[in-house]
Amino acid sequence: MLGMSANSVSYNDQGSVESGVDAAQENSNISSGGSGGAAFSLFSADCKKNEDLKEMLENSKESLKLEAMKRIVGLIAKGKNASELFPAVVKNVASKNIELKKLVYVYLVRYAEEQQDLALLSISTFQRALKDPNQLIRASALRVLSSIRVPIIVPIMMLAIKESSTDLSPYVRKTAAHAIQKLYSLDPDQKEHLIEVIEKLLKDKSTLVAGSVVMAFEEVCPDRIDLIHKNYRKLCNMLVDVEEWGQVVIIHMLTRYARTQFVSPWREDAVFDENNEKTFYDSEEERRVDESKPYIMDPDHRLLLRNTKPLLQSRNTAVVMAVSQLYWHLAPKHEISIVTKSLVRLLRSHREVQYVVLQNIATMSIQRKGMFEPFMKSFYVRSTDATHIKTLKLEILTNLANEANISTILREIQTYVKSQDKAFAAATIQAIGRCATDISEVTDTCLNGLVLLLSNRDETVVAESVVVIKKLLQTQPSQHSDIIKHMAKLFDNITVPMARASILWLMGEYCEHVPKIAPDVLRKMAKTFTSEEDIVKLQIVNLAAKLYLTNSKQTKLLTQYILNLGKYDQNYDIRDRTRFIRQLIVPNEKSGALSKYARRILMAPKPAPVLQSAFKDRDRFQLGTLSHSLNSHATGYLELSNWPSVAPDQSVRNVEVVEPVKEALAPALGKSKRAKSDEKFYSGSEEEEEEEEEEEGSSSEDSSSSSGESESGSNSEENSDDSNKSSSSQSEKSSSESDTDKKKTQKNKKLQQQKPASKDRKLKNGKAANDESRSGRESDTESSSSESSSESGSESELDSNSDSGTDQKRKTKSKTVQSKPVTKLAEKKEVSLLDLDDFSPVPVTTPKSSILSPSLLSDLQGLSLSPGASALQASSPVFVPETSHELLHRMTGKGLSAQYRFTRQPCIYGNSMVSLQLTLSNNSEQALENIHISEKSSSGQNIHRFSAIERLEPQASVTVSMGVDFNDSTQAAHFQLCTKEDEFSVSIQPAVGELLLPITMSEADFTKEQGKLVGMNESTATITTTPENISSQSVNRNVVSAANLGVIPSNQENIHRFAGKTVSSGSLVLVSVALKDPDALITVNTEKTVIASMLLRQFKTALTNITP
Amino acid sequence: MIHSLFLVNASGDIFLEKHWKSVVSRSVCDYFFEALERATEPENVPPVIPTPHHYLINVLRHRIYFVAVIQSEVPPLFVIEFLHRVVDTFQDYFGVCTEAAIKDNVVVVYELLEEMLDNGFPLATESNILKELIKPPTILRTVVNTITGSTNVGEQLPTGQLSVVPWRRTGVKYTNNEAYFDVVEEIDAIIDKSGSTITAEIQGVVDACVKLTGMPDLTLSFMNPRLLDDVSFHPCVRFKRWEAERILSFIPPDGNFRLLSYHVSSQNLVAIPVYVKHNISFREGSSQGRFELTLGPKQTMGKAVESVLVSSQLPRGVLNANLNASQGTYTFDPVTKLLSWDVGKINPQKLPSLKGSVSLQTGASKPDENPTINIQFKIQQLAISGLKVNRLDMYGEKYKPFKGIKYMTKAGKFQVRT
Repeated sequence: MLGMSANSVSYNDQGSVESGVDAAQENSNISSGGSGGAAFSLFSADCKKNEDLKEMLENSKESLKLEAMKRIVGLIAKGKNASELFPAVVKNVASKNIELKKLVYVYLVRYAEEQQDLALLSISTFQRALKDPNQLIRASALRVLSSIRVPIIVPIMMLAIKESSTDLSPYVRKTAAHAIQKLYSLDPDQKEHLIEVIEKLLKDKSTLVAGSVVMAFEEVCPDRIDLIHKNYRKLCNMLVDVEEWGQVVIIHMLTRYARTQFVSPWREDAVFDENNEKTFYDSEEERRVDESKPYIMDPDHRLLLRNTKPLLQSRNTAVVMAVSQLYWHLAPKHEISIVTKSLVRLLRSHREVQYVVLQNIATMSIQRKGMFEPFMKSFYVRSTDATHIKTLKLEILTNLANEANISTILREIQTYVKSQDKAFAAATIQAIGRCATDISEVTDTCLNGLVLLLSNRDETVVAESVVVIKKLLQTQPSQHSDIIKHMAKLFDNITVPMARASILWLMGEYCEHVPKIAPDVLRKMAKTFTSEEDIVKLQIVNLAAKLYLTNSKQTKLLTQYILNLGKYDQNYDIRDRTRFIRQLIVPNEKSGALSKYARRILMAPKPAPVLQSAFKDRDRFQLGTLSHSLNSHATGYLELSNWPSVAPDQSVRNVEVVEPVKEALAPALGKSKRAKSDEKFYSGSEEEEEEEEEEEGSSSEDSSSSSGESESGSNSEENSDDSNKSSSSQSEKSSSESDTDKKKTQKNKKLQQQKPASKDRKLKNGKAANDESRSGRESDTESSSSESSSESGSESELDSNSDSGTDQKRKTKSKTVQSKPVTKLAEKKEVSLLDLDDFSPVPVTTPKSSILSPSLLSDLQGLSLSPGASALQASSPVFVPETSHELLHRMTGKGLSAQYRFTRQPCIYGNSMVSLQLTLSNNSEQALENIHISEKSSSGQNIHRFSAIERLEPQASVTVSMGVDFNDSTQAAHFQLCTKEDEFSVSIQPAVGELLLPITMSEADFTKEQGKLVGMNESTATITTTPENISSQSVNRNVVSAANLGVIPSNQENIHRFAGKTVSSGSLVLVSVALKDPDALITVNTEKTVIASMLLRQFKTALTNITP
Repeated sequence: MIHSLFLVNASGDIFLEKHWKSVVSRSVCDYFFEALERATEPENVPPVIPTPHHYLINVLRHRIYFVAVIQSEVPPLFVIEFLHRVVDTFQDYFGVCTEAAIKDNVVVVYELLEEMLDNGFPLATESNILKELIKPPTILRTVVNTITGSTNVGEQLPTGQLSVVPWRRTGVKYTNNEAYFDVVEEIDAIIDKSGSTITAEIQGVVDACVKLTGMPDLTLSFMNPRLLDDVSFHPCVRFKRWEAERILSFIPPDGNFRLLSYHVSSQNLVAIPVYVKHNISFREGSSQGRFELTLGPKQTMGKAVESVLVSSQLPRGVLNANLNASQGTYTFDPVTKLLSWDVGKINPQKLPSLKGSVSLQTGASKPDENPTINIQFKIQQLAISGLKVNRLDMYGEKYKPFKGIKYMTKAGKFQVRT
């Protein structure tokens, strides 16, 4: 130790010299590439060297700049100040060289705080980069922008975060989640806005984002537990696929969440019988049947436990620990032990990991010995362990000791006592003391062992033994007078003050048991009083007083002598004590009332100290936390709440299933209803429910296919198979619902009406295969589910329960109120219903109808009351291109060829879908059978499949329509086109212009909206056109053929305006083309920067190639 | 989460610092230095150190302390695990993780740290992804870069980052497609004075080196999977498949990785491959002590025990050792009192021994405890638990890969108390 400190001193001395040497090394290391000039700086001062760096940075040569930046990063890494280079460095922020740029970023983040004004120069670069088509560049721009801790740019950061949180790339969204925390620490006032973003990102389906956004949640608003409700099941289900760091954060958050939402599983009368899947669902029902029944676990609670269990096998120790603490805090007692093995496994890991894991095991082993007892041998100490590991292992061994294994443990401990590591040996003796008190059978053995240790050569061992013996004797002094005698004999050899003091105290306390020896010890002490340590002196005074009271004959003079010595001691504590004792015990005329009680005061029976684990009270902290490790409240520690006595409403976690309209079956009922009225469910519908639940469960695996999965597939079959039964059960359901829970239904309805916006958002996420018509209808009909159910069961409607009359009436009323298009829609819908019910085997075949229906729907959409749509009235497309694209060539398709074109109509299958028309032709000799799109979707998009074509005769062709949710991205949708024999993988790549829907608005509205979308949301380009070619018609034509936009009437001759919205998210896209001879300025305003830049590119080519 | 990182070398100098949030003055490390001074051994520094405003979490590897500065509550294992991951990455990139290597590659180190953490939260820790973002420095690449002016930094987001198999990069191509698996088992044991086993257990790992083109999907099955009591997997392994069929099914990362670590169930008796005869004694009042060690093979299943290395921490009172090795060489460090004996291969016909005397400090009393003997050894082509790989199959790609499986048994923490 001495050597080491000496070393470090000498290093510090060299510090100043070293910097010079370092600089030299650095130059020779890094700039060996050729810049010979740098070598001269070897002898120059620091500032000189920076001059030279500045020159290099201002040089036009990229390589020199890079060289300079590398050296600057070297300086930063060493902690040297390089801030005066800021102006020179910041100039390079827009460099094309990506490595140079990255190094500049590193520099910028480090020094921006110190050079705020100069840092602002770089902001515009990042704003530009935020719109870069490369997601890596967008993300890194956001990272740096949000890392620049300059308060002035808070609004810009806020805007950028909002923007990026809706980015198409999950990587960018992840970065946005990180940026939230940065902004929050820079400006806590933004909290409310940030919570909005967090709320949005929590809904994100990407596993990449989940961990980061939960981290942001924990940092910004850990108390807003209400934001988690709706995402709880999703988080549980996707947990396995989240990256490991995210898992840790999510598990910790869910632990806290679960403690507030579920009732304790630790009740005495708890019944545990849900080990299999089946009871998982049954239990829910049971509870409703009988509320007062003994404890049954909430299925959501079980879901969490079940989904975290596989993570015990993670290679990441933090994940294993997180799951272990989750089980510890949430699982029923008998299930906790499954974490044991994994925790023991972690002990094979690095020293630091062992340390933390052992701490946690120590806490666990106090409460539950049984958990770790079989693994006792894993806690045997090895001589190579670090001291703190050894002590922890010993702690655990002591905790595990019981009557059965104590002999093994004591034998093991014996070898530890001899350890060369004296601190550890001392801890071992303490442990023996604890074993002795805990297990009465071995108390004597332990005491004898400890007494033997008194003759040990090592002082610390002896001292520790004395202290422990003292504590032990206090528990049963009478039987151990010979031990006290033994200790008195050893007294002369013991030099450690604490041990001497302990022996003296024992003498005094039990002087009655050793009446002959005690006065003799006092005699010896009187001789050496002046040379003793303070604590020993105090105990001598104590001993003297006690002996005086019990045996004044022999010790009176000795006591007087000692009190006199004490009176003039240097230490005022001892003088104080002496004075007090004298007044107390020596009777004189001045002594007060107390001296009468002196004996009772001094010789009062004293409670024995309790020897217990240092980890006894650690369980007040959540396991696995920093606070637990330190055994004190760390900053930001969130207390784990106690279980609620009554479970809060569990329906808050129900996620509304966005039901496809054609699917009129049980899932359409939505979860919110199921939770209320399922006593009367028929077994059939229960099954469906399960399916639905499962579907939701698997969402993380194949989010696209789950809900968009063709209803015509499974459900229509079911329908035809036992349509009677299901439909009747449905009407039953709706009736029972209207019976018992009419209020709730109405509330639901209200909710649905109030929240179309939120629904829209959900749709944006692309999971829901929602239907266009639904949003149109839901405003003026009963909640869509009940309507669709009655519609599907149209035949059974007649004989359905009369209870549902009210419902029906209201509906028919609303139907009559509806205007003509609606009835048309109903007709149209019947067609689709028919083919759903297998009445007509051939799907919508004529292109005409498939175009017709959406346009009707788009009319309908105008009627919609949803506030999101009210501002943006959709209009019919100005121009529908006739060009079709090849999907499958007949050669590759073995005779089957397919072509697709964009109909530019709102899709009937879902708000967020792009409508496509598919023409399939059979060019082969044989008829093709069962043409369909396979259920599996290889890419992330949500695809509404056309219903299978039973048979396609040779040379025949058929046109079907389908919908694809491209999620506002030009990423191709891949899917499998299948025939009976073959499977062809095909893809549809949409042009960016097809991702839009035209809308109409007034010119004033247009300029107003445009005014809102400036700054980062505006992208412009200038093109040169031949002036004679430009006429307003050609511009209009070219723009609308390139993109599906609506033309806005304009009263300015030379400005053309177009408006549209993106299909998936409904973001406004505004385009204006200003003709200024000979240039044309194209401006695109939209929140979707990616789309903007792509559109711009397309318009550029479209307008430069203008033909008159 | 992680605020800053300081790298401290063995002599207590900070030689690198990196901040992810506002700059934390390096004076915060003074608390760490205090703890370092208090600790008798470098390993004894507590991993978590509280200071008035921060918490310091450190790991010690390759004689370098990685000290992370934390400002608020965070699971300590989270930080520890991450720091170890950083060290692994450095080792992967530079071959060794030493102060010199880090100083030489300070720019790459900085770029790596920048990618690995964003705002203190891990961003990309998967080595396959990192290697696409920042190419490891090689001599060839350095030369090429200086000539062409290209950089080590990738311009595209690695596809793995977004895919469902983030551990594997796309577009992998090899001319020779090979997959090697090493089953390495370690025996942890404590043997008491009389030679009986106090505790012994087997921990094993399956390390893989997979160089296969495209996106292969591999399955690996064992003859006797029941042996495996507790396992932990690389994230690529499909857990459900293991649960159901006890088959390892996975799309492997490219290059070297640890597929599986396991623990052999404690019911099985562990074969102890070596035995030690020892006679170490110190007499009271004499400054000489006797020291005799003999090694011999025990249950080795007919395989040779190789690379045997015996080390022992002798008591502090020992001045010097005067020994005679029948085989191999021995060294004794009078400062640390560490005796180590490099034995090599054990020849069953002629057992290696180390005999002689040790001299004690004059006047020092007889040490209480005899030293513990640590033994390291290797046995090739043997998995001591009897675990055997049944077969390895590949799906998803057309070519036929070359497959290889190697077994090895090593001593883990193998201690003999004397």
